[in-house]
Amino acid sequence: MGSWVDLVACLFILTGSVFVCIGGIGLLRLRDVFERMHGASLIDTMGLGMIFLGLMLFSGFNLVTAKLAIILGFVLVTSPTATHALAQAALHSGVKPNVDDASQNLLDKTLVSERENIGE
Amino acid sequence: MLRLFSLFFVLSLFWLLLSGIFSVLILILGINSIILCVFIARRMAIVDKEGHPIHLTYLIGLSYFPWLLKEIVKSNIEVAQAILKPSLPISPRIIHVPAGQNEELGQVIFANSITLTPGTVSIAHEPGRITVHALLNSTAKVLERGEMNARVCLLEGDTLPSFNGSEK
Repeated sequence: MGSWVDLVACLFILTGSVFVCIGGIGLLRLRDVFERMHGASLIDTMGLGMIFLGLMLFSGFNLVTAKLAIILGFVLVTSPTATHALAQAALHSGVKPNVDDASQNLLDKTLVSERENIGE
Repeated sequence: MLRLFSLFFVLSLFWLLLSGIFSVLILILGINSIILCVFIARRMAIVDKEGHPIHLTYLIGLSYFPWLLKEIVKSNIEVAQAILKPSLPISPRIIHVPAGQNEELGQVIFANSITLTPGTVSIAHEPGRITVHALLNSTAKVLERGEMNARVCLLEGDTLPSFNGSEK
């Protein structure tokens, strides 16, 4: 393996780590549940993706790379599902997002029509 | 029937990639469990367009996913900038996004793509409409332009909605 591949891999992992850090800072700085979810999604898209790309470059072309790619694919499919479940749980236990009145009205309307759909 | 064979093929590939051991015993064990899985999946009647959407592989891999990756990187950088600025220039709000997909699979792909893109989280879903919590003005605008909706519709083979792409 050429040393330039190692260099590129290091750069990828470094970028990923920076994004994980920014995601962590976002988790602390943002103000309510829904905003903090955006900070978390920074971690599992760019942070994880970049770190995994770097690791794939490190390991070269073999089975480990394939496994890393499969893990990355699974995370990219499951993390939005988990985020959505979290958002639903927050919404239905009555957490009010920190938004303006127009948005709040829109949200109330959605909640009402959702309850109606469940009631059917 | 063709779908069963493709499920068999995909599972075999998965087994070989994960195990990486090519001794006869392991291969026989592998093929037995694959056949068992295909059989159970067939009994449960989940090997259909939704359960095993192999027909989407080509379109998703070559056109949709690269575009989605580009969008993810773009909004990642926007959200990261917003978080790091001392003034915290965010404008959280709720928007309704029309979802023009006919099938549930398409709507699932659309809602998951929205959530995967940082700055937008889909929080509720009704037929034809998704409620989205957006963190920034820019990320909300990208969704309101409807390009993602149109692209997921294309996955289903629809020739639907023209989107307002002039703001690119």
